[in-house]
Amino acid sequence: MNIKTLGKPANFILLFIFLVFIIGGCASDKDKKNKESANSELSDDFNADLDDDLVEKINTAKKIFYSLPSPLETAMLIKTAGAAYDESLLNPVSNADKYSTNLKMALNLGIYSTDLSYASLFDQSQATLNYINAAKKMADGLEILDAIDEQTISRLEENINNRNVIIDIISETLLNSTSFLEDRGLQATSAVILVGGWVEGLYIATNLVPPGADLKNNKLVERIADQKLSLNIVISLLENNQESVEAQSILKDVKTLERIFDQVKIELSENHPVKDPKTNVTTIKSESASAITISRGTFNELKKQIDAIRTRYIS
Amino acid sequence: MKRSLFVSIILLIFLLTPFRADAQCKQFAKNTCKVGLAPYQHDGNYHAAVLLEGEEAELYKTFYSDTEYRIGVCGANNLGPIEFSVVDGNGKVLYNNKYNDYEWKWDFKLESSQQLKILVKVPVSDSLAEEPKEGCVSIMFGFKEK
Repeated sequence: MNIKTLGKPANFILLFIFLVFIIGGCASDKDKKNKESANSELSDDFNADLDDDLVEKINTAKKIFYSLPSPLETAMLIKTAGAAYDESLLNPVSNADKYSTNLKMALNLGIYSTDLSYASLFDQSQATLNYINAAKKMADGLEILDAIDEQTISRLEENINNRNVIIDIISETLLNSTSFLEDRGLQATSAVILVGGWVEGLYIATNLVPPGADLKNNKLVERIADQKLSLNIVISLLENNQESVEAQSILKDVKTLERIFDQVKIELSENHPVKDPKTNVTTIKSESASAITISRGTFNELKKQIDAIRTRYIS
Repeated sequence: MKRSLFVSIILLIFLLTPFRADAQCKQFAKNTCKVGLAPYQHDGNYHAAVLLEGEEAELYKTFYSDTEYRIGVCGANNLGPIEFSVVDGNGKVLYNNKYNDYEWKWDFKLESSQQLKILVKVPVSDSLAEEPKEGCVSIMFGFKEK
């Protein structure tokens, strides 16, 4: 088809596309302004000693990223804490058919991605295949093109006994999903996916702590308490998407967790970086060991609240 | 008619340009930065943006004890060496790559889990060009499973 044969209807189509982009551009600007004005509490914490106006000027000029532990990192943290594999804790793949709203699909893309990562790190071949297919359903439903295609599934099947390749494939699919959404200005969806994955990690971890277990000197409990450090990142991610009803509804849930995490005490001491010249790895040494205190009451309250939120997300 | 169609197409191409730049940013992040994280495992997160020379970016992330990390900060070739520093919650600079020949990556581990801030600065070139240069800057993380 050449330009001449396009005629009048084609002109209207082009005009329509043009208007869509103009309106989209305006929306992005508004979005940008919202984000800029949202200046997170995080930046405020770090810049507490600076003049408020100056901080605002600096922050509005900067691109700010908030990075949550990815589903892969969350699964790795659970595994290295010495936890076991328990498939009964995962969101059944049969649930995938019932998610039809964008909110549910985004949340469960995050949830299934964490389940997938957890299964793969524990060398659960069949579960890995099942969960990549469940994650694919969610990604397809959200029209995240090519995040997980048939080729990805085939590659995974061919390498099902090669954990390094599997983890690399998962890392690639996570990167594809997030970058697809970010490139299209769909940061709110991306944030909801990440928070879904983070909640799932907390759900798995809190349920892997046996009832009555000693909460002190327990690596898994320490990892759960450590999530207090990521809480303001979760809140900033969601607050930066004020125009998204979905992100704001998730924010309400996270705020209920914030009230519980407020009771977790983490004391940090001064850091001293020391570089090992042989390995080129720097160790950030702490003047004294960090003290993390979480009472049994707080732990039980946290577990109960996480269970309730996660049950709603997967239902 | 023909002229208005031509104008519409040009406008469309113009409006799509930032989107194409972002898409190129993804390829840059994947092909340049992610590959360089090995033998560390990329965590799957994506943080990249097209930045102008002189622009700054910052990233907040929690890092956990007993895990070895690699931070990679990559900039497009036309931008020159990107400066990055890692700052703790007390404002103490734990690392700045300008004292290490602007090395693009830094490997580290922590005795205590904590949130850190990564500050990225795109250098201003000495060239006399009227328009500031812009290019993709990507921040990526790798970890080692123990």
